[in-house]
Amino acid sequence: MKTIERPVRTEQPPEVTPQRSVFRYRARRVSYKVAVYTMLLIVCGVILLPVSWMFTAALKPDTAPVFTPTPEWFPSTFWDWHNFHRVLFEDFPFFRYMINTMIIVISNILGVLISCSLVGFAFARLRFRGSTVLFYVLIVTMLIPWQALMVPQFLLFVKIGWYGTYLPLIVPSFTGSAFFIFLIRQYMRTIPRDLDDAARVDGLNTWQIFWRIILPLSTPVLTVCAVFTFLWSWNDLLGPLIYLDNDKSFTVALGLANLVTLADTPWNLTMAANLITIIPTVLVYFFVQKKLIGGIASVGLKG
Amino acid sequence: MARKGLIARKEQRAAYLFLSPWLIGLTAFWLIPIFASLVLSLTEWHLIGRNPQWVGLQNYKDMFDDRNFWLSIRVTLKFMVLSVPLYLICGLLLSLLLNLKMRGINLFRTVLFLPAVLSGVAVAVLWVALLNPDVGAVNQILHGVGISNPPRWLQSPTWAVPSVVLVGLWGIGGGAIIYLSGLQNISAQLYEAALLDGAGPWQRFRYVTLPMLTPTLLFVLLTGLIDAFQVFDIAYVLGQKGTGDSLRFYLINLWNEGFVHHEYGYASALAWFMVLAAAAIILVVFRTSGRWVYYEYDPGRA
Repeated sequence: MKTIERPVRTEQPPEVTPQRSVFRYRARRVSYKVAVYTMLLIVCGVILLPVSWMFTAALKPDTAPVFTPTPEWFPSTFWDWHNFHRVLFEDFPFFRYMINTMIIVISNILGVLISCSLVGFAFARLRFRGSTVLFYVLIVTMLIPWQALMVPQFLLFVKIGWYGTYLPLIVPSFTGSAFFIFLIRQYMRTIPRDLDDAARVDGLNTWQIFWRIILPLSTPVLTVCAVFTFLWSWNDLLGPLIYLDNDKSFTVALGLANLVTLADTPWNLTMAANLITIIPTVLVYFFVQKKLIGGIASVGLKG
Repeated sequence: MARKGLIARKEQRAAYLFLSPWLIGLTAFWLIPIFASLVLSLTEWHLIGRNPQWVGLQNYKDMFDDRNFWLSIRVTLKFMVLSVPLYLICGLLLSLLLNLKMRGINLFRTVLFLPAVLSGVAVAVLWVALLNPDVGAVNQILHGVGISNPPRWLQSPTWAVPSVVLVGLWGIGGGAIIYLSGLQNISAQLYEAALLDGAGPWQRFRYVTLPMLTPTLLFVLLTGLIDAFQVFDIAYVLGQKGTGDSLRFYLINLWNEGFVHHEYGYASALAWFMVLAAAAIILVVFRTSGRWVYYEYDPGRA
């Protein structure tokens, strides 16, 4: 401010002062930008270098040491793509693990989308007796970690003969998940009520209002739920660890964890398996990134 | 009036139809297990062989003499004390950095959020290799810059929990997403008003950003505290390599008693303790939250 005003007030503008202050102003802006970009680059380096090291290790043949006195951050000498084939089909059945995991993941996404949108709709836009109490129950089940109930749930699934199958990992998602119901309810509440009233005047029933009006308008929050379900069930270790007993039915997370438990872990193949595990999540992340961040922002966390 | 009553009743019937999947799940996977868990925690049962034996409160008494239980409490509390403030502050700083309007910021956001989507197992496996005390990259670097005696990280009793905290810090971008959405929900008018009043960058942060962000802070604080009870993947992956007690997190201990030793009654008692501890934390945080959480007046929500 000062720097602009001064030459205006003095009739004969002294050439040096404004230039110097403009220069100083610019220097400050530039140094500020340099500082911010430097910080961002350092943080990005800390995140990307380990991933790159993993890639380097995954491409090494069995004969080359994975751990070298100076860490090799970028692949240079070895490009043994065959390692991925070995992990997927030969030495370890990770292709099968991926198919297994996909079955669980897709079922869970379906289950969550169907059940949570129905329940979220009821909480957001329908009046019924007990709605307040049931909503409190929903919040409580959202805050209690599910692991607190894993012992009795496990015993229940054993009793009904579901142990060793995918059913314990799939069926609960069709009965809704408190967190997603909550997110969907929050989102649907922001859709104007006039739409419902207009639709009712036009003779639509509750189901048609849900299916034709509210659901199509809720795609941002449904995308967020689908992506989170994908990530969580793809990455889940504890569930498959408890319920799956047969090597043929393992998921990628479980297969990967078991690789490390081997007495003599083959680190190059382990890192290849690790890359195979993270590639689908990274791909999904890149595709939906914008929607995901926008979706979280639009849902909001305020009560 | 009668007509209105009819419509309301129809709406109510529809509502319960829409709710039915959740009501079924609530009964089958929450209410029955909670009740069963309460009963189980008063018995001794190994699933195979004898039927459950009634032991009364013995499991709860055993907890207090159980060395592993106290170890797991200590490890979990240590993790909580180290991770919660660190993640809260670093997540906030990172999101402030990412909220700046600069060229290429979207690219940085993409990279920084990346670890948040990676599986706990994959991240654990990667860092087990990087933090290997003898040949891992981290200690090679530390040797390189002249530190002759770097910590043994996950294999050292003192450094094991801090190592897990540091690995979590690598994925701090996930928390930053939540902060960032909170930041972007702050109305630009508030900043304009603050600018007109002559507020500097620090004052704008202190008197606009921070108060408006307190609901987000509350959420991050709560989930951070409860997450400490849920640390599993990295400790499981490492536990198989024999790190033993230094990474005996609460959930690891619970899983161990239930699914390795098949002490289902005792594991249920441990689970109940976890529920009570989580409930106590939530209550305390909410009780104190009135003093520092600021909710914007919003007539639309009421």
